[in-house]
Amino acid sequence: MEMLFEEEQRKIQAISDRLQRDSNSIAVLVINKDGQEIARAGQTKDLDITSLSSLFAGNVAATSAIAKLLKEEEFGGQFHEGTKYNVNISVVAKRAILAVLFDSNSSIGLVRLRVRRASEEMAKVFEDLVNKIQQQQKGSGGGQSPNIAGEITDDDIDKLFGE
Amino acid sequence: MSFINYSSREINCKLVYYGPGLCGKTTNLQYIYEKTNPDAKGKMISLATETERTLFFDFLPLSLGEIRGFKTRFHLYTVPGQVFYEASRRLILKSVDGVVFVADSQEARFEANIESLEDLRGNLVESGYNVDKMPFVIQYNKRDMPNAMSVEDLRRELNPNNVPDFEAIAVKGDGVFETLKAVAKLVLTELKGQKKG
Repeated sequence: MEMLFEEEQRKIQAISDRLQRDSNSIAVLVINKDGQEIARAGQTKDLDITSLSSLFAGNVAATSAIAKLLKEEEFGGQFHEGTKYNVNISVVAKRAILAVLFDSNSSIGLVRLRVRRASEEMAKVFEDLVNKIQQQQKGSGGGQSPNIAGEITDDDIDKLFGE
Repeated sequence: MSFINYSSREINCKLVYYGPGLCGKTTNLQYIYEKTNPDAKGKMISLATETERTLFFDFLPLSLGEIRGFKTRFHLYTVPGQVFYEASRRLILKSVDGVVFVADSQEARFEANIESLEDLRGNLVESGYNVDKMPFVIQYNKRDMPNAMSVEDLRRELNPNNVPDFEAIAVKGDGVFETLKAVAKLVLTELKGQKKG
């Protein structure tokens, strides 16, 4: 199972907020490679984040499979140009997908410049997260909240299904 | 792979509906979408061809309620059933937590069921999974068709390991929620058993 703790989420959130401001973009989404949201920043109220996350993940998975078929390690990123939204999609530390939605108030050059810096910072946070999860798996805890999976009982599951 | 987010207090799991072309995978999701309370579901997305055959996947996010203060969310996916979409099926199976194999009960589709089940086993192995050791249920769909095989015959050929199986008529909704509930329960039970990593 994959986990995200509050401390790392806060750090990713702060990097996302800054990226959105510095790149003058509309919104920033960080999702894991399975399409689960990790952080969002900017004007996201009118966006269907769940659907977008799933589709971005599908898109990245398909692009990565195309790269492998073409004997490329990985394509660097993707850029989609629209009339209202432009989207820059990149992969961070092989673990997460960083999508930046922007309009004519920004440019692809500026977005890519800011994304590069943010990606480096996020990669460090994901590295720490992996170490923390490994520590927890070894049972050393690392000061984290107890693993919820270990607390679930058969009763909890039955109750969820109204049994 | 289930994803536990301690920040948003969510448990996220991924279910995949697998099976031969036209067996009713998308119909299962459509019925679940139609009958689920709007608060508990997101938008259903279908990446389909112009003739409404699944091209890449269907996607439906569902909320089942809370366990110990954590929202449990299930992301339901279908794969494209047609044989030549093999590469897409492999992608969708990545990080799966539970699988529903939707079999087409019609006699003429028996070989297609066997082929699809073999395809599922192979693709899961490639992703590091073993279908015999993960949450897995079988649905015998289209029980109302005049040329439907007997459940005993289907069970003997498709379900030698006696995983939970269900008869269904997905267009009418028969058996759809029973199947979903069974696989979701197995996934959470598996998660409980894993405890770590």
